Parts: sequence; structure tokens; C-alpha cells
Amino acid sequence: MGTMTIDGRKVQFTDEKNVLSVIRNAGIDIPTLCYHSEVSTFGACRLCTVEDDRGRTFASCSEEPRDGMVIFTNTGRIKRHRKLILELLLAAHCRDCTTCVKSGECNLQMLAHRLGVTQVRFANTREIHEVDTSSPSIVRDPNKCILCGDCIRACDELQGIGALGFAFRGTDAMVMPAFNKKIAQTLCVNCGQCRVYCPTGAISIHTNTDEVWEALGDPDIRVVAQVAPAVRVAVGDAFGIERGKSVMGKIVNVLHRLGFDEVYDTAFSADLTVMEESAEFLNRVEAGIKLPLLTSCCPSWVKFVTDQYPEFKENLSTCRSPQGMMSALVKEWYRDPKNAKGKRTVMVSIMPCTAKKMEAKRPNSFTKGEQDTDIVITTTELIRMIRNSGIDFAGLTPEASDVPFGFGSGGGVIFGVTGGVTEAVLRRLIPEHDKVALDAIAECGVRGDDAIKSFQFEYNGRTLKICVVSGLIHARQVMEQVKAGEVQYDLIEVMACRRGCIMGGGQPPRAGNRTKAARAKGIYNADNVAIIKKPDENPMVMSLYEGLLKGKAHELLHNKEY
Amino acid sequence: MLDQSYYRKADEIIAHYGRKASSLIPIMQDIQGEYRYLPGELLTYVAAEIGISEAKAYSVATFYENFSFEAKGKYIIKVCDGTACHVKKSGPILEALHKTLGLSKKKHTTDDMLFTVETVSCLGACGLAPTVMVNEDVYPRMTPESVVELVEKLRGEGN
Repeated sequence: MGTMTIDGRKVQFTDEKNVLSVIRNAGIDIPTLCYHSEVSTFGACRLCTVEDDRGRTFASCSEEPRDGMVIFTNTGRIKRHRKLILELLLAAHCRDCTTCVKSGECNLQMLAHRLGVTQVRFANTREIHEVDTSSPSIVRDPNKCILCGDCIRACDELQGIGALGFAFRGTDAMVMPAFNKKIAQTLCVNCGQCRVYCPTGAISIHTNTDEVWEALGDPDIRVVAQVAPAVRVAVGDAFGIERGKSVMGKIVNVLHRLGFDEVYDTAFSADLTVMEESAEFLNRVEAGIKLPLLTSCCPSWVKFVTDQYPEFKENLSTCRSPQGMMSALVKEWYRDPKNAKGKRTVMVSIMPCTAKKMEAKRPNSFTKGEQDTDIVITTTELIRMIRNSGIDFAGLTPEASDVPFGFGSGGGVIFGVTGGVTEAVLRRLIPEHDKVALDAIAECGVRGDDAIKSFQFEYNGRTLKICVVSGLIHARQVMEQVKAGEVQYDLIEVMACRRGCIMGGGQPPRAGNRTKAARAKGIYNADNVAIIKKPDENPMVMSLYEGLLKGKAHELLHNKEY
Repeated sequence: MLDQSYYRKADEIIAHYGRKASSLIPIMQDIQGEYRYLPGELLTYVAAEIGISEAKAYSVATFYENFSFEAKGKYIIKVCDGTACHVKKSGPILEALHKTLGLSKKKHTTDDMLFTVETVSCLGACGLAPTVMVNEDVYPRMTPESVVELVEKLRGEGN
């Protein structure tokens, strides 16, 4: 608690952890490249430097607020410092901005523009380094790295993976995996949080839009899209639509215009996941085997388990992810020449997630020797495709998804947020479907922003112990407790990204606290207005078990092994 | 693949310093002391044993000039290129060494694993400039000619 003077105005502060937050709360957007409130303060970029009344300059991110401080944020000296810092950063940076995939959403570019850096006086003496495209999810271009370390801290502190680190020293310093290995050879789980945190184009999404355009342009190909729940609350960010508002109807419209033959909703196959996973869960609980059941929707989490906790492989649900189930279904439908009508089917999955690109290539994502999901693009890539086309997205009228795989229950939609899978499974378990019963589930501890939520649920005279986790560093904490026998759970849901898929590695970056909250709210709102909330009451799903899935449920909906 | 004996040695060293992140540097020093270099496989092994990421261990190991992932020769020749030695013409000494041993800025060790040539920033013996160190011995006031003679002498002893 206290008061400080910022640029001549009195400002109250409470528990802000640094002067930077006080200044920003006072409505002054101090530039930063290495500061993120969710990871540790690093103090490397020095852009947040301010001056006090004694002429002392210091990095405001690394200074605790004190009562009576007198701060200046825009003196001539500070402005000169900031410009020089940017100029020096740009001197050692690839400056092919016009052709950079990050152009337009690059922090470095934006700050250079904002602070009026119009020339760089220094020659670029850095060596040219090889670009690492080994990962299906991310591309690492060391030539665009400014050594802020944001990716390292995201990987270490949010995910506990530590695939990246600084190497060497001084002018030789670089960010790289140990021994400059390719990303694909490390323990990287493909979550893409490094890309979300990277302020430049040094880590970007491994883009697959060209393949989509090619398929769309081929008259002999039927291009089918599936759209994941979290995509609909983030696409609007790029088109001036209110944060977190579900724009599923507009997405369907734009995909039809871009030339997609059919557009389906991944919430539909999420309903199938609930059917399969809850049955599997009850079987295991009855038999008392392979508990806790670990959810298998999140490919980063699945890779985390298979890489680092192989002794728990058996505990992973055998269910394919909603992406996998949808693609397997669509492909199976068109395997019948009557339905295929001489066209080849290409399945395009639109996901908030970079790891889904890896999942699609996993050996267990093939059915009858054929890759189920052909191409995965992220929300960010979809936005790029819409921009390419010039279509006025905000002005589009909403359209409904196609049948028969386009209708998902509210339970399917909430998969996009942490706890959603569990909540949908619990809805399936109870026989009731009235508001009171569903509200009771929503309030049992499954919702909320906490990284680890553990609670109990009474079912058929049994107490189910459940843990819902987001952020792999927290998953490791829980897994260590489970391993040591300190805790016992029947079900553990893990989403690798904090807050779930709404904050996935493929979503538009730079989402602040308001956007994070708005996306979660957007997902729950979509559930609120859904007439059918329980996956088992989705008539399209139930009829499938009597039709296409008859005798094939296991082949199409489950992974053979991990 | 490293021989199992390397891992047993690493286990001994780790046990001596304790399984904690702060043991990293002394463990790496002892491993390098044992093998004259830091085998990459052992760095990965040590990182896992003391509970830090491989990238973090690599970050520390590459920060310090002293650690080397390449096996070094029997004789490690350190040519001082500090300010005093530099103005006293340490450059031609390094060139003479590179020429006579067939080495370069990229290639530090001879194929017969006898010699490794490195530069150091100061040996703290500026009064003796230009200075060269071979393993633990200091050789003062060197010239391109005398350094080549030294190499020949060492080669005779080494073989």
C-alpha cells in the first residue's frame, strides 16, 4: 500500500509486485519485450527503464514499489535509451519484416514502429544460423531471436519441460536445445507456449495453410473441416469482434466461402469422447484397475506421459481425442464408394493447438493404414487464411454446421476450457438433466482458474476422487504425488496449457487477463445457450452407434497403443 | 555410446557432491578432470540425475570457456592473448602453432590426440609476455620459433 508520483501525478498502489505494474495500471503502456506476469521477472530487455527524481534509472520490472517514489517514464533520456536499445536489438536481428510470418503481430516490429526507430546505425555482424523445421508444430529461427529468454521461461516455468536454454556467452549467446539438437529430438511436447511467449518470429507456428489452399483448389478433392471449441472464441480477436464472443456461425460461413465442402463441429466428436471415456472410466472403477484414468484429449499431455512417465501409459484413456474421432468417422463414411462419389476426402482440422499437428502424425492416428487427419491448422493460421481471402469476416451472417457431424452438445463445447472434459463426463454419469443437477456439477469444484483442482463426486454410493490440472508443471507435481502414493485419484484430467485449449499454443497471442477470462466465459456461454447439454442426449451421436459405428466403435474411436 | 565405466565414474562423482542442482559445476569439473573433456552423454546423464533439464546443464557448460565437449590432446597448449601478450606479438605464436600442427580456429586438437591448442585471455603472468602454458607448466617470452621447438620436444616425449 502506498502512493507514488508518476509523471507528476499521484498514483495509489496496493500489492503490485513491481513498479512496472503500477505504471501500467496508471494507464501508461511502458514497452517491454521480456516481461510476462505469469513467468519470473528476467530484466533482460531494459525497455521498461524509468527515471526517478534523483536521476537514477532502473528497470521498472525489477523494482518493488515504495511509498513516496517519484517516477518519470518519458524523459528525453529515457526515450533516447529505449530507442537505442531497440536499435541495438534490431542491429543483430534479421530484418526481412515484410516476408516474416510474424509480421503484423511481432512485438519487436510494433515497438520499433511505436518508438519511431526509423534507422539502424549499426552493421549486422551475426552469423546466419540454420532454421529448425524438424517439429511439426513449431519453427525455430535463431536469426530472429533477441535473447529475451521468454520461451525458455515459458517452457521451464509453465510446462516444466525445459527443452530450450541459453547456450554460449556474450556475442555468441543463443537460445537452443541442449547440444543444438533439433526440437523434434528433445522432450518438447509441441504445446507451442514458447511461440505464444516469443515476441518476435524466432519461434512461430509450423504453418500448413499452403496444403489447405492446394486441396481447396483441387476439384477432385472433397475438403472437410472440423472446428474445435476453443477456436470459436478466439478468431474474433483479429477482426475487431468483442473478446471471447463465440463466432462459430461466422467461421462456418467463411469456411464454406473459402471452398470447404463440409464443415463439422469438433464438439460433436467431443460428445463421442465423453460416451467412450465415461464407459471406460466406469469399467475401470468397477474392476478397480488402471486407476487413475488419465485423459487422452491433449496430445502434449499424452507425449508428456509417454516420454516422462511411461509407467503410467496403461492409465491413459484409450479414447482417441475429439480430433482423432471426428477424422476417423468422416474418413470411414467416405470409404464407402456410395458416399465418396469418386472424390478423395481431405480432412482439415482447425485447432487452437500446435500439438494437434503432431497428434495427427502419431502412428495411432491412422485407421486402415490411412492418416485420419490430413492437415491441421491453428486458429492463427485460419485467421491468416481469412485475411488472405479478403472476406469481411465481422460482417458475415452466421451459418449452421453441416450434418451429420456438425451438432455438438454443450458438454462437447466446454472441452475448450480446463475442467470441461471432466464436467462433460460427470454430466454423462448422472441420470438427471435438469438445471439444478447440472448446476450442482458446475459448482462441484470442476470449474475455475486454479491450476490444480481436486474434488470428490458422489456416484452410485461411491466417492469418486477427481483432479483437474492445467499447465504441465502442475501435472508433474500431481504425477509425483500419485507416484509416491501420497494421493489417490480415480480420474485425472490434464490440459497442457494453463486454462485449457482456449489458451492453446495456436491461439492468437498476447491475450491479457481480460481476454483469458472472456474466452472461458465465451465457452461457458455457448454451453448456457445449448438446448442439449448432455453428450448422451445428442441424438446425432446416439444414432451413430446404431449406424456407422456399429461394430466399429473400437477401431474408429480408440487408440490401439501409445 | 560411452562405455559403462564412464557412467559408474559419474555416479561416484554425483554421490560425492550430492544430487542437487547446485552440484552441477563441481560434478562437471571432476568429470572433465577425469577424462580431460566433458562427454556430452555424461552431461545429459548428470542433468537427469540431479534433476535439471538437459538444456540448463548445456547452458552452464557452454557459458564457461573451461568446459569442453571435445576430447582434448595429451598436451593442452594455452597461448595467452591477453593485452600484454597480444602487444608482445602472441598472434604469430598462435599462427606458428596452427601451421606446424595443422590446426585452425575451428580445429583445436591434432588427429593423433597429442596436442590441443587454445587461446586464453590472461594467464596472469604479464611480466613474462608473451606466455604459453602447456598443461600445468608456464613457458615465458616465447617466439614463433621457440614454440615450434617446444612442440617438437614434446612430440619426442609424447611418443
